[in-house]
Order: sequence, then structure tokens, then C-alpha cells
Amino acid sequence: MADLSVKVAGVSFDNPIIAASGTFGFGREYNEFYPLEKLGGISCKGITLKRRDGNPPPRIAETPSGILNAVGLQNPGVDVFIIDDLPWLKRQNTTVIANIAGNTVEEYCQMAEKLSETDVDMIELNISCPNVKSGGVQFGTSCESVGNITSEVRRRCKKPLIVKLSPNVTDIASIAQSAEANGADAISMINTLTGMRIDIGTRRPIIRNNTGGLSGAAVFPVAVRMVWQVSNAVKIPIIGMGGITTWEDAAEMLIAGASALQIGTVMFSDPYAPIKIAEGLNDFLDKNGIKSVTELTKTVIPW
Amino acid sequence: MKYDVRQLRLISNDRIADGIFDMRLEYGQDDLPVSCGQFAHVYVPGKTLRRPISVCDCSNGELRLVYQVKGEGTRIMSRMQPGGLADVLVPLGNGFDVQKGKKYCLIGGGIGVPPMLFTAKQCDSPLVITGFRDSSLVILQDDFKSAGAETALVTDNGTAGKKGFVTDVLRERIGEIDEVCACGPTPMLKAVADICREYGKPCQISLEERMACGIGACLVCAVKVRKNGEELMQHVCKNGPVFNAEEVVF
Ligand SMILES: Cc1cc2nc3c(=O)[nH]c(=O)nc-3n(C[C@H](O)[C@H](O)[C@H](O)COP(=O)(O)OP(=O)(O)OC[C@H]3O[C@@H](n4cnc5c(N)ncnc54)[C@H](O)[C@@H]3O)c2cc1C
Ligand SMILES: Cc1cc2nc3c(=O)[nH]c(=O)nc-3n(C[C@H](O)[C@H](O)[C@H](O)COP(=O)(O)O)c2cc1C
Ligand code: FES
Repeated sequence: MADLSVKVAGVSFDNPIIAASGTFGFGREYNEFYPLEKLGGISCKGITLKRRDGNPPPRIAETPSGILNAVGLQNPGVDVFIIDDLPWLKRQNTTVIANIAGNTVEEYCQMAEKLSETDVDMIELNISCPNVKSGGVQFGTSCESVGNITSEVRRRCKKPLIVKLSPNVTDIASIAQSAEANGADAISMINTLTGMRIDIGTRRPIIRNNTGGLSGAAVFPVAVRMVWQVSNAVKIPIIGMGGITTWEDAAEMLIAGASALQIGTVMFSDPYAPIKIAEGLNDFLDKNGIKSVTELTKTVIPW
Repeated sequence: MKYDVRQLRLISNDRIADGIFDMRLEYGQDDLPVSCGQFAHVYVPGKTLRRPISVCDCSNGELRLVYQVKGEGTRIMSRMQPGGLADVLVPLGNGFDVQKGKKYCLIGGGIGVPPMLFTAKQCDSPLVITGFRDSSLVILQDDFKSAGAETALVTDNGTAGKKGFVTDVLRERIGEIDEVCACGPTPMLKAVADICREYGKPCQISLEERMACGIGACLVCAVKVRKNGEELMQHVCKNGPVFNAEEVVF
């Protein structure tokens, strides 16, 4: 049995497999498949200062080896999360990450302040949601705005702070550097890639929001490339995600530069995927005589 | 643990009408705790998303799913061979709430007909009204009769049963009915709900929305409902697929 535990910005995870934000709700549903303590952690559904109803349906379309989604951050608001969901989550014996999004920098700061007074383990700054009109990705696409929001939230946040990056940018490495320089404790990446599908019969986009975010196996090579580029540019740890489907993908993402992983879309075809991936990683380490999963991180030997 | 992915052996997968297939799966000795109107989330090899299909029947160790080939996913399903295993997440959702002693009218339109069979089996001699585009799509009429239901069949062009719509029959018969349950295309559901409101009859409808997780975690299958005067988003997979028609904001 290899040691699967990892530390990200001082926070411990029993294994590197974390449920990806937005695919796992606040954990209650998947807890009816397996106890959540089998996961290294959970990144909760993105929350906002006030309740949001999200976009009108359809909110999803299938694509080759992936999906497009435009949920639009439907959530009950940070206060309800703190009262109704967080206490339950904290009893499940896993590491809990709150994923936050706002319309303004001030909203992000207020949420970070509220959550700093709770026993949530980490805060993930979602500045990369492509599916809302204001907030989300507008903060995540220039070095200046990423630097600004990171430093503002950092001043008012007492928890380890993860900044979640959008892949819809020209130079992801410099954006990551800007987050690091302004106080981010870790980077998570990638959020979804903006995409579109059209019904050729009706000539209507399948998603009511017209465009949506692409995730699933289709984005995996893009995610690996970006994690690798960012790992060459920053010293803070990276939580890698985007299309991880098998334990082999998980190993590849760690080797590219990730210290921990989030798993999302694959859960929709196999709810047990996170458990299978953790087991597969363990077997891989055992077979290769590797004692700790941390020994994989950033061991790629580039040409 | 409330949920489990089951590997069920395929007993048969026969074409029963134009583009419509009847998949029978063996669930073995233990009872499958399915109630009428619930659905199964079927894994399709090579696809990222499972396909939601209503439970058509569940008895004698057999789970029955009747589905229409629409796109690639259901086409792959229609090629699955007897003897093989199907990976199915079942039962999911909240089904129809039916009680003995009431006179039910069950309405199915097109591929909304299958879930009404298992529902008919839970009711005392219900009236089942089914509507199809034409005779090539008519399904399950004998099954409804063996379930003790009175059947009324309509088609848009009169090639089977009476020419007309399910709502024509509903209007004629609504006086003798206590409650309506319906599944089918949205315009039909809306028309049925309007008639029920006009006559003050309770009405439950089964909705469709594109899904991913099937259990209420990913929030993609949203439907707008009105509860206590307030509009909010609920989810077809978890709060439904069956809703009180009065609460749905069409
Ligand atoms: C609760 C519920 C019960 C259903 N019961 C039945 C049934 O008993 N028999 C039957 O034939 N069909 C049923 N459907 C519809 C069935 O799920 C779709 O026809 C099927 O998913 C189409 O898949 P496809 O790959 O063939 O089509 P594609 O159009 O290629 O599918 C692309 C994507 O869109 C989704 N999708 C397309 N149409 C629908 C739809 N109408 N509803 C939901 N998702 C859709 C697919 O699941 C897939 O994710 C039900 C749907 C729901 C939500
Ligand atoms: C339905 C859905 C909802 C999502 N919601 C959020 C969200 O609220 N906040 C966020 O930061 N990312 C959200 N994401 C993005 C995922 O967390 C993840 O970055 C992305 O899906 C790539 O990983 P995957 O391919 O393993 O799913 C969502 C993704 C999906 C599919
Ligand atoms: S399909 Fe995920 S919430 Fe309904």
C-alpha cells in the first residue's frame, strides 16, 4: 500500500483525488454511492453571495468525448451553504474546499471573509466560469485583473487560497504568475473551454445560453499541456483537472506537474470513477516500487 | 447506500414498432425497489452521458425499458445483444403517487406511453388514453389490457384507433375521473394540465430534461416551478421526473 496522501498549501488530503466543483453538488448525493471519506477532498458547487437560480434549460449538450454545460452557477448562496451544508460536510471526514464566484471583487472578498470564520479547509476562487454574464471569467482573463482580485481577496481571507484558472486565455503561465505574485497559495486548473453546438434541424444552439463550457476526456490533452506550462512558471502547487478519466490520466497529470487532482465529468458515466482512479494509482505506485504519490509530481522529462 | 450501479443481464431487446425497442433486463432474485414513473440511467458504451429511460415495467425478475431510437445513444442501445450486460443506474427520481380506490386517467403521448404501463399496474382499473402520430408507432396496447386497464387509442391521422388527440378523450371522460397522470411531449402535457385545472382535477406530469448525473448533484436538468408563490429551479432527476402540474412553470 503506497502512501497516497498529499499536502497542498499546508492542507492535507488522504489521497490526491478531489471531486471537481459543480459536478458533485455539496456531496450529499454521491454519499449515497460511497462514503465521502474515500475521496481526498471535495470542491463544492460554486457559491455566490446571494442565491442564484442559474440559466434556463437546456444546460447541457453531449460532444465527442465530452460535454458542454451552462448551469450558470445555480446555488443557494453562501449563508445557506455555511448553515445547511458545511457542518454536514465537515462530519464526512474529507477535506472541504469552498468554490466562490461573484459579480464584483467586493463580493468575492465578502464571501472569503464569511468563510474564513468557518471550518472550511480551503477557498477556491472561481474566476473562470464561462457561463455567467457578469463575474466569473471576466476576472480571469488578464494578468492585471487576476492580480487585482487575488490580492484583494488575499487581504481579507484567512484560509489557504486557491485561484482557479480559465483555459480561455492566450498565455496561461503569465496569468498563473500574476496569481502567485499576489498571494495565491495554490492554482487549480483548468476550468471549462468555451464551446458551442447547434441543432442543424432547428438551427438553434442546443444550450439555451448559446455557448457552454467544454469538459471531459476531450479537453485532457489541453489540460495536461497547460498544467505543464504553469508548473514551469510558478512555485506554488497545482491542482490539475480537465478530462481525467482513468488512473493512467491521473498519473499523467501528476507527472505533468500537478500535486493533486480534481475529477468531474467522468463521474456522469461512472459514479465510482474517483474511487477506481485512487485504487489504480495505488496499484501503479506499488508495482513500480514508488512509496509516495508525491514522487510523481512534475517528473516529466521533456525533450 | 441509496444508489448503486447495477450490471443487468439483457434478456431481449426487440423492435416492437417503427424505431421503438423493448429492452428486458434480468435483475435477479432480490426485489428491485422501483415505483412507477421512476427512471433508469443507462450507460451507453463510448458515450460520456448515460441515457435516462423510464421504467416501463418491473416484475417477475424483469426490468423493462421501452425506448425510441432518436440519436446515436439510443441507436447503440438498440444494438445491444441478449446475453450481454447492461450498466444501469436504477431506480432514480420520484415517480407517480397513486393510491388504490381512486379512479385514475393515465395519459401517454408517443414515447411517453411506456411509463404508464407500470403505473397502470398500481391502479384499480384505470382509464389509459394513449396517443401516437400514426399506426406504425402504436405500442403496448395489449399490455395495458392485461393490466386490467380500459384503453382509449388515438392517432393524429386516424390510422389506428380514433383520429384526434388524447385531450379529446380526456374532455369526454373527465367527469368520471378523480386524478390524471400524464407523460409525453410538452405541448400535450400543458394541454392536459389546462383541462385538469379547468375541471379542478389533480394532475401529475412526468417531464424530460437533458441530464448528466441523474441524482441531483450537477444541476443541469433544471425545471422552473412555483411553490408558495415563489418561482425556483428544481431538478427533473431528483425532484421529478414527476411533478404536480400546478407547480410547473411551462
Ligand atoms: C426522465 C426521463 C425519462 C425518459 N424515458 C424515456 C423512455 O421511456 N423511452 C424513450 O424512448 N425515451 C425516454 N426519454 C428520452 C430519452 O432519454 C432520449 O430520447 C435519449 O436520451 C436520446 O438519446 P440519443 O443519444 O438517442 O439522442 P441524442 O440527441 O444524440 O442525445 C444527445 C444528448 O441529449 C440527450 N437527450 C436528447 N433528447 C433527450 C430527451 N428527450 N430527454 C432527455 N435527454 C435527451 C441525450 O440523453 C444525450 O445526452 C426519457 C427522458 C427523461 C429525462
Ligand atoms: C456541470 C458542471 C458544473 C460546473 N460548475 C463549476 C463551478 O460551479 N465552479 C467551478 O469552478 N467549476 C465548475 N465546473 C468546472 C469543473 O470543476 C472542472 O473544472 C471542469 O469540468 C474540468 O474537469 P472535468 O473534465 O474532469 O470535468 C463545472 C463543470 C461541470 C461539468
Ligand atoms: S442530471 Fe444532474 S442534477 Fe439532474
